[in-house]
Order: sequence, then C-alpha cells, then structure tokens
Amino acid sequence: MNLLHIVGFGLKVGHLLLMLCCWFLSLISLNWLSNGKIMTTKNSLLGDGWKIWMKLWDQLPGRGSKIHHQHSQHKHSGEEKKNWWTKLLIAWIVFGFIISLSVFWYMSSQAVEKRKEMLTSMCDERARMLQDQFNVSMNHIQAMSVIISIFHHAKNPSAIDQRTFARYTDKTSFERPLTSGVAYAVRVLHDEREQFEIQQGWTIKRMDKDEQTPVHEDEYHPEDLEPSPVQKEYAPVIFAQETVAHVISLDMLSGKEDRDNILRARESGKGVLTAPFRLLKTNRLGVILTFAVYKRDLPPNATPAERTQASAGYLGGIFDIESLVEKLLQQLASEHTILVNVYDTTNSSLPISMYGSNASFDGLFRVSALHFGDPFRRHEMHCRFKQKPPWPWVAITTSVFILIITLLAAQIFHATLSRIAKVTEDCEKMVYLKQQAEKADTAKSQFLATVSHEIRTPMNGVLGMLQMLMDTHLDDTQQDYVRVAGESGKTLVSIINAVLDQAKIESGKLELEAVNFNLRGIVDDVLSLFSGKSQDKKVELAAYVSSKIPDMLVGDPGRFKQIITNLVGNSMKFTDKGHIFVTVHLVEEVAEMEADRDPTSSLSGSSVVDRRQSWTDFKIFEETSAMVSLADQVNVIVSVEDTGQGIPHEAQVRVFNPFVQVGPSITRTHGGTGIGLSISKCLVHLMRGEIGLSSSPGVGSTFTFTAVFTNGSSESNGEIPDHPSTNISSEFQGMKALVVDPNPVRAKVSRYHIERLGIHVEVVSHLSLMVSGSTPINMVFVEEDVWEKQLDMLVVLYNELKKDCGVSPKTLLLSNSPSYNRPGFSASDDLTPFVVTKPLRANMLAASLRRVMGVRSCRNGELYSSTLSGLLHGRRVLVVDDNPVNLRVAAGALKKYGADVVNAERGKYAIALLTPPHTFDACFMDIQMPEMDGFEATRIIRKTEAAINKGLQSGDLSMEDYNNVSNWHVPILAMTADVIQATKEKCLKSDMDGYVSKPFEAEQLYREISRFFQTTPDEHP
Amino acid sequence: MEIVGQLQKQFVDFSTSLYGEGFLDEQYLQLQKLQDESNPDFVCEVVSLFFDDSEKLLNNLATALQQQVVDFKQVDAHVHQFKGSSSSIGAQRVKNMCVAFRNFCEEKNLDGCLRCLQQLNHEYFLVKNKLETLFRLERQIVEAGGTVPVIVA
Repeated sequence: MNLLHIVGFGLKVGHLLLMLCCWFLSLISLNWLSNGKIMTTKNSLLGDGWKIWMKLWDQLPGRGSKIHHQHSQHKHSGEEKKNWWTKLLIAWIVFGFIISLSVFWYMSSQAVEKRKEMLTSMCDERARMLQDQFNVSMNHIQAMSVIISIFHHAKNPSAIDQRTFARYTDKTSFERPLTSGVAYAVRVLHDEREQFEIQQGWTIKRMDKDEQTPVHEDEYHPEDLEPSPVQKEYAPVIFAQETVAHVISLDMLSGKEDRDNILRARESGKGVLTAPFRLLKTNRLGVILTFAVYKRDLPPNATPAERTQASAGYLGGIFDIESLVEKLLQQLASEHTILVNVYDTTNSSLPISMYGSNASFDGLFRVSALHFGDPFRRHEMHCRFKQKPPWPWVAITTSVFILIITLLAAQIFHATLSRIAKVTEDCEKMVYLKQQAEKADTAKSQFLATVSHEIRTPMNGVLGMLQMLMDTHLDDTQQDYVRVAGESGKTLVSIINAVLDQAKIESGKLELEAVNFNLRGIVDDVLSLFSGKSQDKKVELAAYVSSKIPDMLVGDPGRFKQIITNLVGNSMKFTDKGHIFVTVHLVEEVAEMEADRDPTSSLSGSSVVDRRQSWTDFKIFEETSAMVSLADQVNVIVSVEDTGQGIPHEAQVRVFNPFVQVGPSITRTHGGTGIGLSISKCLVHLMRGEIGLSSSPGVGSTFTFTAVFTNGSSESNGEIPDHPSTNISSEFQGMKALVVDPNPVRAKVSRYHIERLGIHVEVVSHLSLMVSGSTPINMVFVEEDVWEKQLDMLVVLYNELKKDCGVSPKTLLLSNSPSYNRPGFSASDDLTPFVVTKPLRANMLAASLRRVMGVRSCRNGELYSSTLSGLLHGRRVLVVDDNPVNLRVAAGALKKYGADVVNAERGKYAIALLTPPHTFDACFMDIQMPEMDGFEATRIIRKTEAAINKGLQSGDLSMEDYNNVSNWHVPILAMTADVIQATKEKCLKSDMDGYVSKPFEAEQLYREISRFFQTTPDEHP
Repeated sequence: MEIVGQLQKQFVDFSTSLYGEGFLDEQYLQLQKLQDESNPDFVCEVVSLFFDDSEKLLNNLATALQQQVVDFKQVDAHVHQFKGSSSSIGAQRVKNMCVAFRNFCEEKNLDGCLRCLQQLNHEYFLVKNKLETLFRLERQIVEAGGTVPVIVA
C-alpha cells in the first residue's frame, strides 16, 4: 500500500461521504420547507426506505400535522426539530471519530503485520545461516574425528602427535569458522592409567571443581591443577589446538558438562553439544561439540553399550557462540536494525542465553528454532527490532484526513442547519410582517372608504350651503369666492368618489351590472363630455366604432364609460396639439384591420405610436380561437390614441399603480391624484379584459383595453326593438352626403358618424374629384383645412353641381372650434357653410343637419319635440302623482306633445283606471306617493294584468270584453326626481318599464317612450 | 306703445334678474313653452297650484315640527313633495332649500329643520312675490295691448 493509494482511497471515501451529506441535506431541507404535502409525494417517489424515515420522523415528539396550525406551535416544533438535528450532528461527529479511529487501527495493524513479516524473514534467515555455518564446522570436526580414528588409532605407532594435531588444526581452522579450538581426549581405563601416564609423561589431571567461577587468564596455571582422582575411566586430552593447548592432560570426564557430553556422544555416535558455559581463559560463552571416535566401524544400529565399548576417544570442538553470531551478523545487511538473542532452551523453564544482551523488551519479537544436529539440545534464536516501531504516519494522516472531512461535512451540515433555521425564522418574520402589511392595507382601504364616505356627507352640506350662499345678495368678488369654493368642493367630491371607487375595488365590493346599453351612445357621451375642452385646446377629438359592434350590448355602461372617460381625460390632460382618437373594434377584426392600416396616416396628420404595441401582451389574442365558440360573447377592444407628450419608458410600468404619476412635475403641472388609470385597470379586469399602453415621449401614447360583453340584441328582450340613437336617423334616411377630406382616417370617422344617421356617404379626397352621381347630393361636408385652401375651386364646382342636379346641396364645414371665422363669402347663400363643431356625435350631427336642412331651427332638447309629438300624438296617457303641481306640469308637458292625458292623484285611482279593459297606452307614475307608492301600485296593476291574461288565454274570459287584446301590459314609467342607479333597478324590479326624471327632459322622455311607441313617419316626415 | 315698450323692458329686466339670482331656472322656461293657444293660462294655473300646495305643505311642516315627538319621516315626505313641486315650476332656490332640509331630516336634526323651515318660508314668500310681480307685469303688458316677450335664459 503506497501513500498515493491511501490518499486516493481517502479522497474517495471523503467524496462519498460528502455526496451522502449533500443528499441527506437536500432531503432534509426539502422536507423542512415543504412539510406534510410534499412529504407524501416524496413518499411514493422514494419508496419504502423513505417510509421508514417518515415513521421515525413522525415519532419525534411535537411533530405531525398539527405543526402548522398555530404559529406558536410551529415555533415549538421548530425548536424540537432543531434539538433533534443537533443530536444528529453530534452523532455524525461521533461517527466520524469512530470511522477515523477504525481506519487508523486498521492501517497501523497492517503496518505492524508488515513489520512482523519482515522480522520473521530476517530472523529465519539469520537462524538458517547460523545453522548452516554451525553444520559446516560440525561436519569438519566430524571429519577430523575420522582422521584421528584412522591416523591415530588405526596406526601403530600413531601418525599423529600433539604437534601434528596442532599444526593441522591451525591450518584447517578456516574450515571451522565457529570453533575457537578443537581437542582430542582419549579413553583411558583405570587399569591403563599407569601405562598411559608414563607413555605421555604427565599425569591425568582433573578439571576445576568449581568450573563456574570465572578465572583470570593470568592466574590460570595448569600445573596447579590437581591430579585426577581414581576413576573407572579417564578421558585425558592428548591433542589440542594451540588456542586450547592448556586443556592437554585434563580429564574431560572430571568436568560435569564434559562428562555428560562424552557419555552421550559415545552412546549416540553423533555430535552432541554442551550447554553454553563460560569458556576457560576467554571467559566467553561457548559450547563444546563432542564426537566420539570408535576403534572400529560400527553398524548404524549399534546399541549404546556396543558404542561405549567401541569408543576410543572423544574429539571436542569449542564453539564460541558469541563471536560466531557476531561474525554472522556482520556478514548480513541491516544488522543494526535487529537485535538477536540466542538461547539454549533444553531446559525450557530456564533458558540459557547464549548470545545477546539481556535487555528485556516486550515489543515485537520472533523466535526461530535452531538445529545444531544434537537432538538432545534445543536452541532458539530471538529477534527484535532495535528501534521502536516508527509512528504510523500514513495511518495517522489518513485518519486525520477522514476526521477533517467528517468535521467539514458536519460544519456544512451545521451551517445549513443554522441557515435553514435563519431562513425559517426570517420567513416567519416575513409572514408576520406580510400579515401586518395586509392588515394595514385592509385598514387603509377601510379607512379610505369610511373617511371618504364620511367626508362626502358634510361635503354635500357644504356644497348645498355654498349654492344657497350664491343665491343670496353678494357682490361680484364674493360671488367669485363662493363659486371657486363651490368648484373646489365639487372637485373634492369627485376625488373622494374616485378614492371610494378604488377602495371599493380593492376590497372587492365593486360589482358590475349587466344591462342593455348602446356602446356608440356611450362613446358619444364621452366625446360630449370632452368637447368643450378639446375645442378650447384645439385638439381634434374623434371616435370611431366599428360597424361590426352590435348596437346593443349587455354590460355595465357606467363603468365602461368611466374607463373611456378616464383614458380620454388623461389624454386630454397631456395633449396640447394633434388629436385624441377613440376607436372601438371587435377583437376578432383587429388583426386584419391593422394589416390594412397605413402607418403614416393619422387623424390629425401628426405621427402616432404604433398602437399594436399596446396590446402585445394581451392574452385574448392567443385565445381568439377558443372564444369563437361563445357566440354571445362580444370582445371589444378600445384604443385611445393621443399625440400628447407621451410617457417615459421607465414610468410605463408604473402608471397603472394607484396614486402613481409619471413624475412629481406632472402632479405640479397637471394635478390629479393618479388614481384614474388604476381604477380603469381594475374595472377592465372586472370586465374580463386587459389594458395596456404603448407610448413614446414626444410622439404620444395609445392606451388599449379589451372588455367582454354579451350581445344584447340576441337577448330575448322583445320590448326593446329599437333605440333612439339608431332611430334618430330615420328622418335623414336615403339622403346622400359627400365628404371632402384628403385624410383617410378623418374621412373614415366622418363617414362613420354620418352613416349612423342613415345617410349614404361618398368620400373624395379632393374637391376636384367631386363627381355628381345619378342621385342628387343633399349635403357636402368639408373639412376646415380643405375649405380654406380650395375655396375658389369650391365655388366653381358648386355652381356646376347646382346646375346638374337642380338642387343646391347644403354645405357643412367640419371645424374644431365653435368660433370658427369663416372667410367672407357672399357668392351664394347656399355656400355659406354651416359650421359643425367637432367632435362629431350622432346626436349633435343630427341636430345640426336638422337645422341646415330646415327641419326646424331647434335648440338642444327641442330636437326631440317633433319626434316626441310623433310618438305621443293621440296616445292616451295616465299620469299619476300626488303632487298637484307636478301632476299639472307633467300633464301639461305630455299634452303639449299631443297626448290625451288623464290625471290621477293616488295610486289606487291608477289601479282602478288601469284595470283592463282600458284604453291607456302608457302610464307615468310618481314613485313616492303617500298611502301607496309607485312600486306598490305597479305591482298590483301587473298582478291584475297577469290574472286577466291568464284568464284570456285559458278562455275563461272572453276576448270581446277586453277590446280583443290578448296580452295586457300597459307600459308604466316611473317618474322620479333622483335618477340614481338604485332607483332604476328598483323600478325594473317592480315591473315598471322604465323611468323618466322629473321634471321631464325631452331627450330622456323620448328615449323611454320610443321603446314602446313606434313613430308614424307619414304624419311627421 | 311707449308704455308697452317700457313695460316690456321692465319685464325682461325683471325676468333676467330672476334667472340671474337663481329664483327661477330652466324648468320655468320649459313650463312657459308648454303654454300655447290651446292652453293659454297654463303657467298661471300651475303656479297658483304651486302656491296653494306650498302653503298647505308649509303649514303641515310647521305643525309636524312642533310636535312633541317629531316624525322626521313625515317631515321628510312633506319636504320631498315640496321639492317635487318647486322643481316642477323651476323655483330653484326653494328646491335647493328643500335639499338642505332633507339632509337635516335624515340626520334628525330638529334645530336644522326648524332653521330650514324658516328659510324655506322666507324663500317661498320671496319667490311668490317675484312670481306675482312677474304675472302682474305680464298682465299689464297684455292689457296695454303688447305681447309678452319670450325670455331666453
């Protein structure tokens, strides 16, 4: 195992652990944040393993579905969770420690094992070498024994004497590297002693009794030794190597060790070893190897007795074990790394150290057995390392590394935990703040609503009083002050109304009504509202409604009008020149319409922004295909285009926010609260539409919104077959008009309005193109700018026209300002143009035409008189009012229009009069009457009618008795002083057919009654 | 003719002042338009109806407001009627007074109502005076052989 390998392994393990941590953490965080619901989905995804986790999870105290019910509880369980996670973190760290320790243990044990192996091999090697060398020496000594047996005993006289032996042994000592010397002792029986001693010239001496006591060399004198006592036999040394010459004449059998050795050697016939002992003279540890020399060759299976009998002498070799081992070790490499001890373990309980220091060391050691050829003796070699084992740095590094990784993971975990805790805390804080903010917002809305309402009431008082103050005798200055105060009050009330609207919308209290209305009429109303302003500012104001828009739509006309009014008002505020152009189309036709559009032309010729951009975000265009299926649905798209100062890009996103204006300077120069667009946006959303804008500073802005209505004409409301704004035109039906206008857009607008009156329109861009057709042209509409430029040509052509057709067409000049100063013109009366002030509206246009065409010179309001007469002439009308004055006036007014009026002062009279059969065509009823109010009376009348109708249908009542009318339903119109929506609704609820304000306004009266009575054109052309 | 011219001028001036000071409004003009050959005394008729009705209502109001427990609903009904008739003939200031009166009724403010009643009385007699003067002038013009000029507000 090399270091790289280990590091790689460590890295892998670390990586794995990190991955594990990440997975775990991601699960935790997911779990933490999403709780309950997501957990169940996770459940199925992650299978059973996760389920077990879930169970564990759920068993945690304080956990479960209750957690999120209450804030405090949530907090509590959050703490529980936190504790749990802390425990987990600690467990993780402990786990890391365990892993790191076990890795350390494993690696160090590996190292120890390796060391052991090394030691074993080294020790074994040494033991084998020692054994080999010993065997070599032993073999040589054996060989010497053979030499002695041959040359000493077999020859007579002996070929060997001490000198020969010494010389030989000296010369051959290299063969016996481990022996310090060899000696030969001969076997001498006691009876041969005398002869032997004589022959040798010395007496047999015995060895020291006390062999173990060390003796100094200097003091050693062989002469001092005593002669051997009488023994059965002796083994005196006769030959010895020079090194051990001092042993000559010593009786070997007198030494205990030697005696044992000799006895064993001659019995076994093999080399035997003594136990280690201190050598004489050298005082070093040594052993003596003894071989027996036999007189004759013995069979291998000879008995010990036979051997003893045959033995002639004994050859002993002294082995210096210490030097032997030292020499051996010197030959080997790494001798310093290990420490060698050699023991004689023949007596296992008391081993005799043969070599090596006795320093006790309980570390690693190896025991190798040594066989020196003597089965009786056992030897062992003990090996140890000299140095203590080195620190297992690799293991330490690895384990520390793992520990660090674990701790890092724990740190990440901890950081994540604290982060999650912080985020959770922040989240809670924010939820709390959000609730606070929402509460504050609701409080604000409520406050606004309440305050607005509360302000309105006293403001009405203030306004009323101001009005009264104005009626008192005041001088001019005072009048002026009061007027300003009144105006300011009115403005304040309108602002309050806007705020109230906003508050209502925000609190979701605003509901749209769904009534029949005429979109064109609404657009005309808006134009009328702004006509004065546009004329003052010399801004061209125009509207165009696509012919594909149905006449009657169902929706909330008031709110629709409010949106357009807001947008036009806004445009009016910021536009000082050019035009403001309101266009209404069906969403479905916009695409093709825009494709045809000439981008360069506009109403006033000024450049405009591309209004397509204002609806790029609208979803309705994506859904167009889906919308088709709803046949009743009418998707209206309204654009208000102006050439004002435009809105800077950065402010465009903000303009729909309440109380936000483009900049503070806007507020300063133009005033306003900045609430209008916000309300518009809300209203548009209520109408299931969208609103957008496109604007570029300096060019202008275009606001576009869509709204969804239902088709009114498709509703089965047969009572409204006709409508004044369409009916207005009957008197001009079939006439022909010529519009001279080079601007196609403006011409289109003029054409739209004139065609609404039922007049056939032809457009030419230039006077010279005026062609007289087969039908006479009744009127010529000329734009102001054309008029000024082409006056001369006009005169000429005009005369021609007059000649051709015989009738002089009336000339109408379309002008932006009412005080248009027409150039002096006296050629013909017919040519003196009649100025029609823009913005064009159907009603206004009709009025102008009537005047021009000589129908009647009329003022506003009287316009309808003729038609009213047409409607009411000869009708029998019942007027019910408890107020005699009102009654008289109403009756007078109706009589004026030719109606046959009957008066009733009480509701009950009316009931009596209106019980079929009767001859009344209509009834005007006051709502507020004592005894029985108008609603009550109407209900009763309707009940009676219903009963009679039922009777007539079933045949219970005869038709003759009821003027042959099968379905009785007299139109009842409410007369009321306060024309407010609530009253109107109430009227319709109590089965009234309509309402008129008191005192009568001709236009409104006309509108209402025209729904029931058809004009008879013959009477009133 | 001198007298007629003078009378006519006086009439016009007087009428204009009536409109200018807000005693009368457009409704009175409308009323005048309703008067034609078939109905020569229409305005006079209506106005005298108004006078009768108003005096009755003012009495009723006075009585109603003097009650121990004032029935503001009843008062309101009377004022409503007064408002209706006054707006029908175009007596603008009376009508406005009625509006204010009704507000007090709504608030059940007795003091305000009483004050209003006083002012209403005042306004009513003022307009009655003015109208009577107007009629007298008209009559004088007619007697003098002239035609009553048409006032355009």
